[in-house]
Amino acid sequence: AAPLSASKSSFSTDEKLTSREDVTSYNNYYEFGVDKSDPAENAGTLKTSPWTIKIDGLVGKPQEIGIEDLIKSSALEERIYRMRCVEGWSMVIPWVGFPLADLVKRVEPLGSAKYAAFETANRPSEMPGLRSIFPVLDWPYREGLRLDEAMHPLTILAVGLYGETLPNQNGAPIRLVVPWKYGFKGIKSITRISFVEKQPETAWNKQAPNEYGFYANVNPHVDHPRWSQATERRIGEGGLFVKRRPTLMFNGYAEQVAGLYSGMDLRKFY
Amino acid sequence: MAERAAAPGARKGFSLPQVPKILVYGVGFVPAVWLFYQGINDRLGADPMRYLEQALGLWALRFLIATLAITPLRQLFAVNLLRYRRALGLLAFYYALLHLLTYLVLDQGLDLAAIGADIVKRPYITIGMATFVILVPLALTSTNAAIRRMGGQAWARLHRLVYVAAIGAVLHFILVVKSWPPEPLVYAAIVTGLLGYRLVHSLGRKAAPRRRPA
Repeated sequence: AAPLSASKSSFSTDEKLTSREDVTSYNNYYEFGVDKSDPAENAGTLKTSPWTIKIDGLVGKPQEIGIEDLIKSSALEERIYRMRCVEGWSMVIPWVGFPLADLVKRVEPLGSAKYAAFETANRPSEMPGLRSIFPVLDWPYREGLRLDEAMHPLTILAVGLYGETLPNQNGAPIRLVVPWKYGFKGIKSITRISFVEKQPETAWNKQAPNEYGFYANVNPHVDHPRWSQATERRIGEGGLFVKRRPTLMFNGYAEQVAGLYSGMDLRKFY
Repeated sequence: MAERAAAPGARKGFSLPQVPKILVYGVGFVPAVWLFYQGINDRLGADPMRYLEQALGLWALRFLIATLAITPLRQLFAVNLLRYRRALGLLAFYYALLHLLTYLVLDQGLDLAAIGADIVKRPYITIGMATFVILVPLALTSTNAAIRRMGGQAWARLHRLVYVAAIGAVLHFILVVKSWPPEPLVYAAIVTGLLGYRLVHSLGRKAAPRRRPA
């Protein structure tokens, strides 16, 4: 991991950070195994350099951007965000990244572009989870955002954490972070962003549509069908005797993002 | 647990060196002691409560499977471990109890409203809880005195509930995970094999009742 310099951001929370050790050893990244400890053990095989992101679809300037150029030409900020996993645990992570909106503006989406669709690298030779006889997901991992969500100032592409480039298990070299949504929306190791007119298919929604919606906004009032979302455990807090804390609407970012969903029935569009 | 405890004159088969039953308990509790020791010393990773909860549940299932393996081992391979079956069954119960206590106390903080909602609304919790409830009478009637009091046949009938518990345990495991990871499916396959064997064996016995020695 190489050091990255980044400016502070007023969007950062001042809550206590989850330790670097926990942030980099407790991961969901099924391309490298389904146990939380698998990604840290197995993700070393992913070759993150050279790396390009293909941007295509309904844009005026489709292009392929190399990760080094992208980092060099972006104003990096440190964004300390809460991260709430759909499984009922949470962390506070100091990301380094830049607003996704900056990149979107560069490629000049057409008026017909309503959604951004993202894809993770699809490399069976480097990702043991993709070689499994029983695939746990329909690879490659895919995610999507509505264009206004993608343009929201809280939405970032992260290239680092704790002041250094991303470890592979956290989605190197570049990943999405949308702090008011469940963690699975934060697609890792992005190789392609397409601008499209229709709501794109997403990996978890395809796997279990009744459990994982397209929006996946953190919402304590809408339970996952198999567990409550009313509370969460903050990783690294209290060890064995961790106390659950109440989950906040939009993961505590309601003031900034609730307006995006005014008039929508969030029970229906979960 | 469905069969009568070591009937006199039963085929002895291949005999392993016998170890005191207390040793089975001693070894059986090593994972629990080791887990709690690591937990107290903060060595169970980033989410120690969840790790402990899952590991205890997994050991309960493993001991349940060991209990169910005794009969096929004896009938197919003439390996007679019948005298350890009670200890293995009770270990499954104790691990299930520790798993449940971890959920009630450490995970939910004895929040009775949340626990009640979980039991009513979440199928995997409903099934897990029912599985534990099934194990309770089996553990309570595990003594020689209980077998005498109930009579062998009634006791054996009651203890056939262990099959239901095994199905409940793997369902509980499959329902709690996201997607279809291999581990719970492997356990489900083992339990299916162990129960399927009994089904085939009992059908075979009905078809040809006098074929095998008593």
